[in-house]
Parts: sequence; C-alpha cells; structure tokens
Amino acid sequence: MAYSYQLKRVDFIFKNENNWEKVLATTIKKKPEEIINELISSELKGRGGAGFPTGLKWKLTAEAKAKNKYVICNADEGEPGTFKDREILSRVPYKVLTAMAVCGYVTGAKEGYIYLRGEYKFLEEELNKAIEEFHYYCQETNLDFKVKIFMGSGAYICGEETALMESMEGRRGEPRNKPPFPTQAGYMDGPTVINNVETLVHTFTIFEYGAKKFYDLGVQYSRGTKLFSVSGDTPKPGIYELELGMSLQDFVYEFGDGDTKAVQVGGASGFLVPRKKFNDTAIGYQGKLVGISLPTGGSMMLFNSSRSMFNVLDNYLEFFREESCGQCTPCRVGCQQLLLGIKAVKRGEKPASYLEKLLRLTETMQYTAKCGLGQSVANSFSSIVENFREEMIY
Amino acid sequence: MAKNINITINGYPVDVKKGKTILEAAEEQGVRIPTLCYHKDLCVAGNCRVCVVEVVGQKRLSAACATPCEDGMEILTNSLKVRNSRKHIIELLLSEHNADCTKCYRNGSCELQELASEYKIMTQDFLELAPMKNYTIDMFSPSIMKDDSKCIRCQRCVRTCSELQGVNALTVAYKGDKMKIATFFEKPMNDVVCTNCGQCVNHCPTGALVEKNYIEEVWEAIADPTKHVVVQTAPAVRVGLGEELGMKPGERVTGKMAAALKRLGFNSVLDTDFTADLTIVEEGNELLTRLKKALVDKDPDVKLPMATSCSPGWIKYIEHLYPEYLDNLSTCKSPQQMFGALAKTYYAKARNLDPENIVSVSIMPCTAKKFEANRPEMHDSGYRDVDYVLTTRELAILIKQAGLDFEKLAPAKFDRLMGESTGAGVIFGATGGVMEAALRTAYELVTGRDVPFDNLNIMPVRGLEGVRKATIKIEKPLKEWSFLDGVELKCAVAHGLVNAKKVMDAVKAGEADFHFIEIMACPGGCLGGGGQPIPTNPEIRRKRTEAIYAEDGDLPLRKSHENPEIQKLYKDFLIEPLGEKSHHLLHTKYTKRKHY
Ligand SMILES: Cc1cc2nc3c(=O)[nH]c(=O)nc-3n(C[C@H](O)[C@H](O)[C@H](O)COP(=O)(O)O)c2cc1C
Ligand code: SF4
Repeated sequence: MAYSYQLKRVDFIFKNENNWEKVLATTIKKKPEEIINELISSELKGRGGAGFPTGLKWKLTAEAKAKNKYVICNADEGEPGTFKDREILSRVPYKVLTAMAVCGYVTGAKEGYIYLRGEYKFLEEELNKAIEEFHYYCQETNLDFKVKIFMGSGAYICGEETALMESMEGRRGEPRNKPPFPTQAGYMDGPTVINNVETLVHTFTIFEYGAKKFYDLGVQYSRGTKLFSVSGDTPKPGIYELELGMSLQDFVYEFGDGDTKAVQVGGASGFLVPRKKFNDTAIGYQGKLVGISLPTGGSMMLFNSSRSMFNVLDNYLEFFREESCGQCTPCRVGCQQLLLGIKAVKRGEKPASYLEKLLRLTETMQYTAKCGLGQSVANSFSSIVENFREEMIY
Repeated sequence: MAKNINITINGYPVDVKKGKTILEAAEEQGVRIPTLCYHKDLCVAGNCRVCVVEVVGQKRLSAACATPCEDGMEILTNSLKVRNSRKHIIELLLSEHNADCTKCYRNGSCELQELASEYKIMTQDFLELAPMKNYTIDMFSPSIMKDDSKCIRCQRCVRTCSELQGVNALTVAYKGDKMKIATFFEKPMNDVVCTNCGQCVNHCPTGALVEKNYIEEVWEAIADPTKHVVVQTAPAVRVGLGEELGMKPGERVTGKMAAALKRLGFNSVLDTDFTADLTIVEEGNELLTRLKKALVDKDPDVKLPMATSCSPGWIKYIEHLYPEYLDNLSTCKSPQQMFGALAKTYYAKARNLDPENIVSVSIMPCTAKKFEANRPEMHDSGYRDVDYVLTTRELAILIKQAGLDFEKLAPAKFDRLMGESTGAGVIFGATGGVMEAALRTAYELVTGRDVPFDNLNIMPVRGLEGVRKATIKIEKPLKEWSFLDGVELKCAVAHGLVNAKKVMDAVKAGEADFHFIEIMACPGGCLGGGGQPIPTNPEIRRKRTEAIYAEDGDLPLRKSHENPEIQKLYKDFLIEPLGEKSHHLLHTKYTKRKHY
C-alpha cells in the first residue's frame, strides 16, 4: 500500500546528558523571568496527562509568596502499558535533576522530591547515586537545592498530583479539593511545582537548545516532541520519541500490523479511536488539526480485528473500579455500575437501551467527579460504546 | 480585611465576603444546597458530590462546599445539568446502600433518605450493589453498632474521630469499590482504641453508625409488675431532648421531661443532677485532701493535677493512651454510677425495696455511658448498679411511641430522695461546669465564703474555647486550711479529646503545673454528647450551653453542698465525705488498656 510517511522521529530526550553541568551553569546565570519566558515561548505543556503549560506553572509558583516551596518530579507512572518515565530515569537522570534544580532556582524552592512508583524500587539505588553526585556539584557551585526520593505506595491514584502530596504527607492517597492548586498550596501547604518526569526533560532540551528549536517541532498548540509507549497488536512495541501533531493514520501505518481495528490513545483514561476515524484524528493537545485531536500521557495501544472491544472496555472498567481511590460517589459507585452494567447488557439482563443510561452516567461522572480519574472514565467508555455498540450487546 | 465580591446566584446579584464558599454564600441568601459529607463541625471533604452547582462558563460542576466564590461568578444551584447530575449521584448512593429503610434505626432521620425523598427517586434503574457485598454488622460494642451496608463513605465519622477526638478508631481502608470505613485491622469496635463517645454516631448521616439501643428492654422492665423501675436523667438531656420532639435548640424541658417519664410508667423519676451534686462534695473533698497531702505532708504518692472522672469517654481514652496518669484521675465514680450504686442501696433501703427488684435506668446524652454501666467494677451495690442506659434520642423514641404530645405536657417535678439538685449539678452538662461547681464548693469549704465571682458565675472557666485555663487565689482561708493561704489554684478545662490530648501532652512534658483539670470527651461537654439529638453543631451547642447556664441561674440553690437531699444522704447514710461507705459505693479504680 502506498502511503505518505510523515512520522518524524526525533532524538532529544535520550541524547546523552554529559553536558548537564554546563547546561545547569549557563541556565542559572539567567534571570528567573528569562527562564520562565523561555519556557512560555516554547509552549511546552505538561506530559503527565493534563497538559498544563509548564512555563505558567513555574511562573505561578515563582510568584506565590511563601517561605517553603517545593519541586516534585512525578514518577508514579501508573498507567498500564507505559514505561517511558522509567526509561528516562534510568538513562538520563541528570537531565531530570538539572531541570528540578533550575525549577528550584526559578521558583525559590530549596527542596525537590522524586515521587517514585513503588514498583520502580529497583531504580532507587542508581538514582540515589546520581543524586549524591548532583548534590556534590550543587555544593561546589553554592547551589542551595536538595533532592530526595519518596517511594510511592503503588496505587495508581497516587499519580494524581494532590493525592501524591497527601501520600507524601503520610496520609491516605486521596485527591484534594481544587482550588487551592499546588502552585498556591501544594506539598506541606507550600507552593509547589509538580511535573512529570518527561516534562522536566523537555525543559532540559529547551535550556540546552533554546525555546525556538523546541517550538519549531510539532504543530500549533502542540509543540515539541513526546515519548510514546507503543503496545498491543504491533510488530514493534517500545518507546518512541515522535513529533506531536501526527495523524493517527500515519501512526498506524508506522506501528500497525496491517489489521489495526482501533487505537486507544492515552491509556485507560484516554480515547479509543476506530479505524474509520484514523484520518481525522491527530495526536496533540487541542485545536482542530485534522478533525479531533487527542492529548495523551503517551500510551498508544493498538488493537487488531481479533480483539473484542467489549473485553477491552471490561478491562479498563475493572481497572478503574479497583484504582479509584473510592472517596467520591460518582467515581466509586459509577465505576461499579458501568462495569456491572455492560456485563448485564451483554448477558441480556438489561436492555440495550441501558447503555444510554450508562452513557448519561459517564457524563455525570465527567461533570462531578473530584479528580481526573473519575472525570475521564467517560473518555474510554463513551468512545468504545459509541463506536462499537454492537460488540457491547451481542 | 476580607473584601466583598460580586457574584450571582441563580441570576440574582449577591455581595459576598471574599473567601466564602459557594455553599456559605447560597445559605446566606436563603438558597439551600443539599449536602451529605459536609458538617459544620468538620473540615471540608467534598467527596459526596451532592452539593455540585454549575458555574456558568465551566463545563464541569463545582462542589459548593469546597469552592470559594470568585468575583463575577454566575452560579446556578438548580439548573437542569445540576439536577440531573445530583439525581444521578443520589441514585448511585442508593444503589450502593442497603436501602431497607423500614427496618432501619434511622428511618425518618436519615439524610440520604431525606434527599431521596426530596428528589423523588421513585425507581432504581441502576443495579443493586449492596446485596453483592458481604456486609456484616459489628454489634460487639455495648455502645455503638456499625453497619457497613448503610455506609455512604462520606467519612464524617472518620473526620470526627480524628479532628474532634484525635482517636482515629475509624479510618478509611482499601480503595475503589472495596473502600470502606474500618477499625484497626477490622477488629470489632469493642476491641480497638474506641472511647465509645459516640461522636461518630452523632455525625453519621445514615444508619451506618448508631447507638446500641435498649428500648425494648426498658419497656419490658416498665411492664413487669415485679420490678420497681427508677430513672435518672443527666443534666444535658433537659436542654437537648426538646429538639428531638419538635422544639427549637436551647429549649429547657426539665419539667416536661419529668412529666413524660412519669407517664411512660417509671416508678420513680429521679435526677442525675442529684448525684452530680454528690460528686462535687466527694470530689471537692478529694481535691482538698490531695492538696493537703501534697503541700503539707509532701507525700510523693499524691498525684496532681487531679483530673475529673465523670466522662466515661475520657476515662477510656486515658486508660488507652495515658495509662501512666490513671492515678491522677479522681477516684469518684461518675454521677450516673454514683446514682446507680445508691439506687440499689440507700434508695432501696429508704423505700423498703428489695434491690433485686429494682431496675435502674439512666437517660444520658452519651453512648459511652452504656459502656460505663457495663464495666465490671460497677457492681458495688451487689447488683449491676445501672441496668440500662438510654440516650437522649432513645428517650425521645420512648416518648413518641407512648404517643405523648410532649410540647403540651404540664411540667412535673422530680420525685424525692434523689431528685433534688442545685445549679451546680446542672452545669455538669456544659464544659467547665464540673470545674465551676467544684470551685463553688471547695472555695467555700476552705474560706467559708462564696467564690469571688459575681453571682457565683465563674466566667473564666465557661465558654467553648477548646482549652481554658483559670487561676483562683485562695485568700484568708479558715484555720484548718491555713496552708492554702495565698495559694493560687491552677485549673484547666478541656473538651473534645483532641483538646484533652493538648492538656495531657502539656502535663506530660512538664509544661503545666495545674492542680485540677476538667476534661469532657465531647465538644461542648455533655450537651454536645454523642447521644444528643442529631444534628449537633457549633450553633446548637451554643444554644444548649446558654440553656444550661440559664437553668443554673434560675435555681434557688446553686452550690452542691447546700442540696438538702445531699445533706440528708450524708446524715442518714454516708456519714461523711470520703468516708467508708463513700469509698465502697462512690469511688472506683481504673484499668490500663492497650495502646493500639
Ligand atoms: C488518576 C491520575 C493519575 C495520574 N498519574 C500520573 C502519573 O503517574 N504521572 C504523572 O506524571 N502524572 C500523573 N497524573 C497527572 C498529575 O496529576 C499531574 O497533572 C502531573 O503530574 C503534572 O505534571 P505535568 O504538568 O508535567 O504533566 C495523573 C492524574 C490522574 C488524575
Ligand atoms: S474521582 Fe475517583 S479517584 Fe478521583 S477523588 Fe473521586 S473517587 Fe477518588
């Protein structure tokens, strides 16, 4: 089949980091405002899922008045099928540390934490060695910044920024009410920048090459590159750094097995795109590029025609039912109802029209759940049920 | 200074103070937004999501309890989107709830039921989840029953136990669909560090946490012609009971209550206030004895500060968490237990009754009293001193079941022998009251004069501040107390166990040199007890407090030692305070309990 190959592979993230000391030294010679402006003009957005503009996040924290501020690197990476943050931390840890230190310099934070997913304990030792050397450098150069590792408890919800902070403060990992946002009152009530591991590495790229180089990659609203964890029915699963803004069709040409039925973009909390919409779907944050554009934390799961979409949905809902923190009604009970509801429809115990009731329920969950987990269950549910209704019933 | 900002609520412009939540702003405007997890006593959780409202321009709805108003906000509290979402949430809660309302203790007083009724949830389209879970009811505690099938996971109990009481007997366990409110290792309630204070019960919106009730047992005793049933009523009941029976918070219903109890068929309607007065005489003397031993005899075994012992929640708390201070507790039994011990001895003898046939019932604002009555030590009369303890709420149920129109009842008086009390006994119901009552008596014992406060009102120990301290200087004492001349008696008062912890930690750290501390397990003292009407909140506590002090102010006698029935009791029976009989019947000891 002839197709136009448009995927641009890039290599910034894993490029060697031997120059981190230089990048750090030159960056913190600049004024904090300069660094913030650089980040803002790069249009870098958070790679942890929500896509909040990183420059603005740093700016808000820098402007917040408080004695103690914090920088947290979110390495909880709980999304099934993603392992990009793990790769980053094991291959280019100094980039992450450098970015955290610059963030500390910009915001006035003196303490940084890496919230490391419980299952990544095996990274701890190496990472601590890097931190030790990093501290040594900081001491030599009179940079007042310290990093500590905080081992997570292994719950998916602890990746949510405020649940993560609750957990760090020794409480149960339950998301907080927002406002206040972490930039106003985060860890220990101090203004806090919390960034995904990958986001931090992109800031390093920006410090190293300047904002323009980053901005020139990608498309409007979705600048730069992104690490994708490709899995499912693909001949080449793995991690790839790709330019943002690609069409899903191009992605499938590159990674599909020739029989791709649908792609789940963004993991359990993302969207399922059926074949007929590949051409109209772009991977990026917002704006109408091709048709719709879907943000993602980086997980791309391909399904071929042998897969039952009912099972796929069933799996996701099982995941949410278990991983919901359980505090808020729409999410805790909603997830149970959705899961048992599709089973009941499948078994014929509820009429097909019950799916509409469930779709309305996901809308309520989206409007009313306390955090991103419950709010985004609607994504996979509605995109699967609407596109594969038949498979839900028969 | 908080600035005012402009918002609209349902299209009407409103001026609100910056920092107010949407819920508060709406309430000020007379717009009620339904809530479940919200409680004025507790920090905001924002987890039930029932209070969601629409902020125009935002796709997602906001939890009104947790969202501060911002300038220019246009808030819709009842838009179609809000209604539909809210209805969904109520339906979801019901689907997870064992909604067998007719068989529920909280039938008619359940916040979830009320909400379902308000939104006219007539069908259940969602799947019933409750039957799929293996719920069991924890009935092991003599005070509290926990039924997880009724739990809506609002965590009000968890926040109560932690924020008000600092006990953390109830915490959240597991996540997702298995998330539940559990005790330590899911042990039964009688086997964990639980003080039985019942604040969780008082804060529970549904029937998940209720008092263990003894309603049928009491009716049976009343109906048994061979039994003589005596009833005592705690001070705080008379300022709370009305609320359960359609009256406003803060109404004093002492006379109506006595009238109702007589109509219910109790053989003798007596008053815990009487033994509150007795407690003061015993405890006041105990304090002075300890002071003498400490100051004059320099006896190293005498423990100061002396701490009050009337609150069984507090007793269990200190037994678990500060057992090294058990000797600091006054050895006086609580008024309930003094009453119980006397009912089956002094009263039985005076009335010529076989104590075997006396059933002793008490009406308490408290669930811990049920545990206290059940303690093995509490059999000094030779029988179980107090047979059944009912909460204020249970009494209201009795009154309703008997078909009495409470508000129309003509007031009656307590029966004689153990029914007379003074204002000092009444104020036991409020935090600081025991301290005040004790000082009124002790000061006079020592100096022969009234306490040097206007109209006997010792204002420094009153109020709702968590911890209050006061110092009273003793001047010109009587000769036998001359060693106290010029001594500044240092007192502390705390209510709510988080505050008890503050005082105890200060004592432990050697930072406090108090002589006497009063601690009540519940916020506000007994008037805010776990057995009091639901809701209890800061405003209601304030009203009940006012009522208690008004009751005190109106009584002709306001010092415990002036109670003529107390004087008669000593003359005819006890002989003297701290005497042998007292020692046997009115004093007790405490047990160290495990820490976890
Ligand atoms: C349920 C849930 C799980 C999350 N898990 C992660 C995670 O594992 N790693 C992560 O970086 N962000 C995660 N997030 C997003 C964080 O809340 C937060 O937005 C992010 O750390 C911010 O960093 P960024 O701006 O660099 O993306 C999660 C969010 C939700 C709602
Ligand atoms: S949406 Fe789910 S995970 Fe998030 S707070 Fe509510 S129950 Fe917890």
